[in-house]
Amino acid sequence: MDTGFNWREALKFGAIGGVAVLFFCLVGMVEAFDARDVIFKTLSLGRSLLVVVALGMGYFSSQRLSARKPGRAVLTGLVVGVVSSVVTALLVFLAEPLNMREMFINASPKLIKILTFSQDSYAVGMLIQTGVMTGLSILGALLYLLPDLPRKLIINGLAAVLLIGMLQELLSVILARSSYTKPVAKFLFGSKGLSYTGAVVVFIVFALISAFRTTQSERIGRRYAGMTAPQQVVFRWVAIVAGVLFLIVLPQAVGPYISQILVLVGLYTLMGLGLNIEIGLAGLLDLGFVGFFAIGAYTTALLTSTSDLGLASVMAGEPVRASYTNFWVSIPVAVIVSGLAGVFLGIPVLRMRGDYLAIVTLGFAEIIRILVLSDFLRPVLGGAQGILNIPKPVLETFNLVIKDPGQFYYLIIIGSAIIAFVAFRLQNARIGRNWIAIREDEDVAEAMGINLIASKLLAFGIGAAFAGLSGAIFAAQVGSVFPHSFALIVSINVVSLVIIGGVGSIPGVIVGSLVLVGLPELLREFAEFRMLIYGAMLVIMMLVKPEGFWPSEVSRRELHTGEETATVPPVAETTGAA
Amino acid sequence: MALLELRDVHSYYGNIHALKGISMEVNEGEIVTLIGANGAGKSTTLRTISGIVRPRFGAVYLNGENLADYSTHEIVKLGISQVPEGRGVFARLSVTENLELGAYIHNNPKQIAEDMEYVFSLFPRLKERRKQAAGTLSGGEQQMLAMGRALMARPKILLLDEPSMGLAPILVEGIFETIQNINKQGGTILLVEQNALMALEIAHRGYVIQTGEIVLHDTASALQNNEMVQKAYLGID
Repeated sequence: MDTGFNWREALKFGAIGGVAVLFFCLVGMVEAFDARDVIFKTLSLGRSLLVVVALGMGYFSSQRLSARKPGRAVLTGLVVGVVSSVVTALLVFLAEPLNMREMFINASPKLIKILTFSQDSYAVGMLIQTGVMTGLSILGALLYLLPDLPRKLIINGLAAVLLIGMLQELLSVILARSSYTKPVAKFLFGSKGLSYTGAVVVFIVFALISAFRTTQSERIGRRYAGMTAPQQVVFRWVAIVAGVLFLIVLPQAVGPYISQILVLVGLYTLMGLGLNIEIGLAGLLDLGFVGFFAIGAYTTALLTSTSDLGLASVMAGEPVRASYTNFWVSIPVAVIVSGLAGVFLGIPVLRMRGDYLAIVTLGFAEIIRILVLSDFLRPVLGGAQGILNIPKPVLETFNLVIKDPGQFYYLIIIGSAIIAFVAFRLQNARIGRNWIAIREDEDVAEAMGINLIASKLLAFGIGAAFAGLSGAIFAAQVGSVFPHSFALIVSINVVSLVIIGGVGSIPGVIVGSLVLVGLPELLREFAEFRMLIYGAMLVIMMLVKPEGFWPSEVSRRELHTGEETATVPPVAETTGAA
Repeated sequence: MALLELRDVHSYYGNIHALKGISMEVNEGEIVTLIGANGAGKSTTLRTISGIVRPRFGAVYLNGENLADYSTHEIVKLGISQVPEGRGVFARLSVTENLELGAYIHNNPKQIAEDMEYVFSLFPRLKERRKQAAGTLSGGEQQMLAMGRALMARPKILLLDEPSMGLAPILVEGIFETIQNINKQGGTILLVEQNALMALEIAHRGYVIQTGEIVLHDTASALQNNEMVQKAYLGID
């Protein structure tokens, strides 16, 4: 049976699995997450990390080594499980004699207890641990041998159980908001994690969903393609109306905490749409985007603040506790001012490309931040103390003050919809083609008769204007602006979300900000491990899906030329462009 | 009056004196070739005509208008279209998108569609591959695309920079045939080539450039028989 079996590779996979287990143990994740349950009283989150490692390593080693033979798959899983357990055993047996805690603070007795299933004898405990890990590795290895469909079902079902179990606290709060959904929460969840029945139900439901998706999506796509044009229009409108309804109901359903996250996502979406014009369309790598966000925010702050720094007080020469103008008037001003700032930044960097441009824009954002912090501008912009008392937007006709996250959410949604529409029209207009040509090759673009200077300045200006709008809404929502809100990390986040979503793609920006801004907020539950998980996900994402979650036509073509037929382009994009 | 005229043009790259007083003319309906060795200033001449490099002395005229008054993108609108050396197709865009960008200065969808059909009739291979990313085309196909794209602008004069570069001889023949075809349908062409043999074969007139100066100009057939040209560029002893 073992003729030609690649022992070396199998040992290597086992060692990788062992190191992964050690890593999770020694950074403290296993112990910290042991307090939380994925499945009530059965599987803690900490232990499920180990389960995922064992299943995953079994699966991947089987992919490489089993040659689709069951016997070999079992052998692979066995080797991988035993080897990784041996590595884990080293930790268990050596932790105390070597006094490992001196270096690894997390190599605690509690961790050892988890790894040895609370057995008095380490040897017995490790035997159980080895048995479990090996069993899981073998299961993982066999999982790979299943035909496509059942394999997908099982993997998606398990992932759903893990995810929903992990987010139990959040989900049960949301479900408890309505008396209709409350029983659902009660049924699915225990006091910690999923209940047994809940886990089974979640697994089955998500497996069925994924089965439906894999088997039926192609058929639905074909049926859509087979419809007559008016039918397609109706179909599209139904989809749009459904989407809009969903967006309207959402904040009511999820409550203020998630609404606040959604507002944040919206602010980043606005910025992302702006930066997408610069990076995605025109290929201008701008690392100082937060500068325009800041300019928009400070413009609104100065115009509307009722503090001593507000324009009304400055003009009167004494504190008057009034706004010079209201929020709605300040918005176009903020948009125009930041748009002009974008053009202003664009002029000196017209001849720069790529990395050089990135450095200059990086400097620009820092200049803005340091200027705002400086003593020189302190009398005007308030220095580190910022500008306070920015009133909330008021809708006078309805006598309504927009103050809750749930209300700001609607403001943001409307703003994003308008901006996304503008961005979409620009992308498909003449100027959009200018930008794309410039992105691909500046010299050739010029040889086509494209005015480089005007096009680039427009890209900077429009991109900056979008960021200004985002900043204006931000200022009104928070009610105050401080230089610290405009740190480099904001720029980095916006660049990342554009890339992760898919460079040059408008839906990509939305997906990107949901993932990059929304997810870390959900990951808040993981406290100190939040940034670790977040960073790891970014790395994995770029390795697995470099074109982004929702790639533009161009990068789809570039990075997946071999799979042209496999990807059915999303409905809205292909039909809308015509 | 000549369609395109260079009058004592001096161009510089920083302190390097690249063109030392070039004078030449291209008349409507002609194929004129500019031949010379590597580094003689052939590409610089084209870059000067299309306004990427500006002459320090002397001037370029199109229909008697001094091009110094126009910016690079405006020169394209006046009717000078360049096929850059090394082809310069937009690699990630499709063939159709490349051609559409070639017609950038025009705004009439019907005219653009007609021109695209014309380009496809010149280069049937492009039609087969119209949805493919330009970067995945072969070298010869990319050259075709670059030429087709330049034609989409409906230029008064087409500047071709080394269309034979890096192509198999059989492909070069095809490209040169197409150049003749374009000319027969009324196109004016300035062809820069190292491959003097092929260039003189299809051109009406030729200029020989050496270290930034025109050393010889005559009809193509006279140049083919010129002893100095034969020795230096045609490999005939």
